[in-house]
Amino acid sequence: MSRLTVTNVSRTFKNENGAPTSALDNINLEIKDKEFVCFIGPSGCGKTTLLRIIAGLDTPTSGDILLDGTKITVPDAKRGMVFQEYSLFPWRTVIENIAFGPKMQGTKKEKSLKIAEKYLELVGLGQFKNSYPYELSGGMRQRVAIARALATQPQVLLMDEPFGALDAQTRNTLQHELLEIWEKKNVTILFVTHSMDEAVFLADRIVVMSARPGKIKDIIDVNLPRPRDRTAPESNTLRNNVLKLLAREREK
Amino acid sequence: MYNRIKDAVRKKGLEALSLLAIVVLWQLVADLIIKNKLFLPSFVDVVLSFSKVVKSGAIFTDISVSLLHFGIGLFLAFIIGIPIGIAMGWFKTVNRIFDPIIEIIRPIPPLAWIPFAIVWFGLTHQSAGFVVFVGAVFPVIINTYAGFKSVSIIYVEAAKVLGCTSDRALIRYVALPSALPSIAAGMRIAMGVGWMCLVAAEMFGVSTNGLGYKIWWHYYLHQMDFVLVYMLLLGFIGFLIDRAFRHYLDDRLLKWRTGVVM
Ligand SMILES: Nc1ncnc2c1ncn2[C@@H]1O[C@H](COP(=O)(O)OP(=O)(O)OP(=O)(O)O)[C@@H](O)[C@H]1O
Ligand SMILES: [Mg+2]
Repeated sequence: MSRLTVTNVSRTFKNENGAPTSALDNINLEIKDKEFVCFIGPSGCGKTTLLRIIAGLDTPTSGDILLDGTKITVPDAKRGMVFQEYSLFPWRTVIENIAFGPKMQGTKKEKSLKIAEKYLELVGLGQFKNSYPYELSGGMRQRVAIARALATQPQVLLMDEPFGALDAQTRNTLQHELLEIWEKKNVTILFVTHSMDEAVFLADRIVVMSARPGKIKDIIDVNLPRPRDRTAPESNTLRNNVLKLLAREREK
Repeated sequence: MYNRIKDAVRKKGLEALSLLAIVVLWQLVADLIIKNKLFLPSFVDVVLSFSKVVKSGAIFTDISVSLLHFGIGLFLAFIIGIPIGIAMGWFKTVNRIFDPIIEIIRPIPPLAWIPFAIVWFGLTHQSAGFVVFVGAVFPVIINTYAGFKSVSIIYVEAAKVLGCTSDRALIRYVALPSALPSIAAGMRIAMGVGWMCLVAAEMFGVSTNGLGYKIWWHYYLHQMDFVLVYMLLLGFIGFLIDRAFRHYLDDRLLKWRTGVVM
């Protein structure tokens, strides 16, 4: 139903002197409905740029992106995003943050709060309803950010290293929770990560990117049954393969 | 009860002692060294004069007239300054239009506007309010502008992907709350400047009441003890206004800020 098609997308940034940097070069990608796709690649290869373009926050220099055959040009609530940095509104309480999306869609206040409460329960933070973001730990903030992104019922959820700043333990927990949510909510997830473990644990497919200019190097199908075991030999083999790919990329 | 007192003494004892010492010192210097009520009225003189203006009721009219001037000026400064600051901070074109005008007018000391205030408004409350306004409006504009300029792009983008896309909605739901600490700081500065302009604005005689006016009037009568009463009143009320404003902000509007406000 909601198929995302990325066709010949390139993005070149120009600095003040007019010197161009090619962040993305001719990206082609087709993402199926309800697929979980991870993007992995060296820093600066354009992962954030690609996600921003899909969100509608940035415009490609050439090429286009279609969601269900409609070209994406501006941001809208069909595509939710969880940012690399903490992005909760610090002046709103947790519940108000989550209710923001529904409210912007024109939902009545009480109804938005109801919806928000539901999503807050989903990420298990019911008792922090009236806290301000500064009162939450990093992991809790990202949970709220996920709840906020889901509250508008997006077809596609874009996640830019959402767990990057968290410790391994919290990260594992959140990965589990995310998979549960993904299964429950049936959304398509595009997930950027630096961690091979994370990609192999989460993804249906892993898109390996290379830097300068940002290109797709390889796309790997992860045909491991779910729920996955992080320590299973198949996981290890896969991880090693991708690591080798990335290592070769770095040597270049 | 005893413990309560002990606690209070430990907490504010030194501060109270310091105030007490300066009062005693003042009294002694006035009584024993200066011995001239024109040069330096003593603490007791000031207290006596204070009770006189309270008894006659003059002090209450003076305070309310001054607060009226102050209120007119500040009210105008807020309702004109904040929208201008917002428009300049959000729209580049508006900034380019307003910036040169503001940069030319801003360095003119507010008191230099007094002749025009009189020509335009006559000897009225509005005229004093206008001088206060001229002093107060620029800090409001500049801090609102600065607050809007420093709105983090990440909040704007987060709002956009949540469906908040029009300029109006982004200003209202993202930029304004995010810039509020800076706007509030501007308002506080504006109140300080406005309070200073008040004295001068009243000295040119827009009415026969007002704290600033009375300072001048008593000076003509060589009643320096009354001058001092009004000086201390100006300081004290200025302090109270600032405190009340800050309290209001911390409690109501800026709860979400972790550290100390401003
Ligand atoms: N607004 C911008 N202006 C100029 N150059 C930019 C801009 N945004 C990104 N770039 C450049 O584009 C390239 C890709 O950046 P991007 O942020 O997409 O990388 P990334 O893969 O997300 O990296 P990381 O893993 O470190 O987050 C970088 O070389 C960066 O300098
Ligand atoms: Mg990035």
